[in-house]
Amino acid sequence: MAFTTSGTQAVQLGMLGALNARRRVGRHLIVSAVEHSSVLHVAEQFERDGGRVTTVGVDLYGRVSAEEFAAALRPDTALACLQSANHEVGTVQPVDEAAAACRAARVPLLVDAAQSVGRVPLPGGWSILTASAHKWGGPPGVGLLVVRKGTRWKTPLPEDEREGRRVPGFENVPAISAAAAALEAFSGESAADGPRLSALIDHMRSRIPQTILDVEIVGDPVRRLPHLLTFSCLYVEGEAIITELDRLGFEVSSGSSCTADTLRPSHVLEAMGVITHGNVRVSLPRGTNAADLDRFLAVLPDAVTRLRRSAGVTSTEGTPR
Amino acid sequence: MKGFRRRRPAAPPQPEAPQAPSFPPAALVLDALGRKCPIPIIMLAERIREVPLGAIIAVQADDVAARTDIPAWCRMKSQTFVREETLPQGWSFHIKRDY
Repeated sequence: MAFTTSGTQAVQLGMLGALNARRRVGRHLIVSAVEHSSVLHVAEQFERDGGRVTTVGVDLYGRVSAEEFAAALRPDTALACLQSANHEVGTVQPVDEAAAACRAARVPLLVDAAQSVGRVPLPGGWSILTASAHKWGGPPGVGLLVVRKGTRWKTPLPEDEREGRRVPGFENVPAISAAAAALEAFSGESAADGPRLSALIDHMRSRIPQTILDVEIVGDPVRRLPHLLTFSCLYVEGEAIITELDRLGFEVSSGSSCTADTLRPSHVLEAMGVITHGNVRVSLPRGTNAADLDRFLAVLPDAVTRLRRSAGVTSTEGTPR
Repeated sequence: MKGFRRRRPAAPPQPEAPQAPSFPPAALVLDALGRKCPIPIIMLAERIREVPLGAIIAVQADDVAARTDIPAWCRMKSQTFVREETLPQGWSFHIKRDY
């Protein structure tokens, strides 16, 4: 296990080191279409440098098909990457099945577990695992790169003696200790509070379409992270709804193009084939109580209606059947 | 950030070449060029009832989000997404009004 300065750096070093070690096997990389941008950016660079990349698509829930992932494996595949769970829609990926296929093909599997470490049990079968401490309430600046024994990995950087020759520089021991303590606390709380949060998310998943017209809950209803809900409202700008909810005292985020500085639609929503505007992501903090949630559910329909009216939309008046 | 390669597994049901139903030309063409999503979708939703049942309405747009949003709108609203045509600037999306 090595410590990096971020989850992104862990992904970069993890991927590049595995690709580097298996250069003789081949120059083929497999990623899912909904990986974190850190994974996809490494894939883009690898492709620019002459490598070949297979991007495995997802279904309407944002879930990779394990069969399709397995079918992408080739004799020259150097590395396959699959996230444990999606960062935008919370869908949990079939890592165990993908890992079994990779093992049979003797291809290492890198699992970006940034979204799930401490929240749900780790999937098995990975060769390389990456994570980020601030996701579990640890300090910023601590990423995790775990390379399983027997996995070939060769630094893409000039040699350095530190961190088992995986990460240059001295590790930040105080921050790492804090990250470890935070993970212990977070895991305990998640185990205790996760089922309750998950039930609250189920409640929202059923309630929101009953009170707002033309809204779609996105992500897998069952195979999902316990604390995350993503939905999209037709005819509303993502940024407008975020601002309106902020005014009403709720801090939510959006994968909609309008909030991103890139002005590109979210590659996750795009790959899923769901609308990319009007997107709202609710992440329930530990200890969220049902009363707060009821207040959110009470103000949301009017907020959406107000925004639609101001955009000149007339086709969505009324309430759902 | 450059865009990631498009993957559209849940994408619009493109008519298969052999038994492709032939669709008539658009009865109404909406110009949403230069408009950001969700405006092209709003224009479509507001005006689709101006074409007769079974007729085609086309939306011209150059916001790349429309390539995902218009087929997704059709799926959510149970209208038929017919096809996407490439224009010199942007795309023309053809939708059949089903109700």
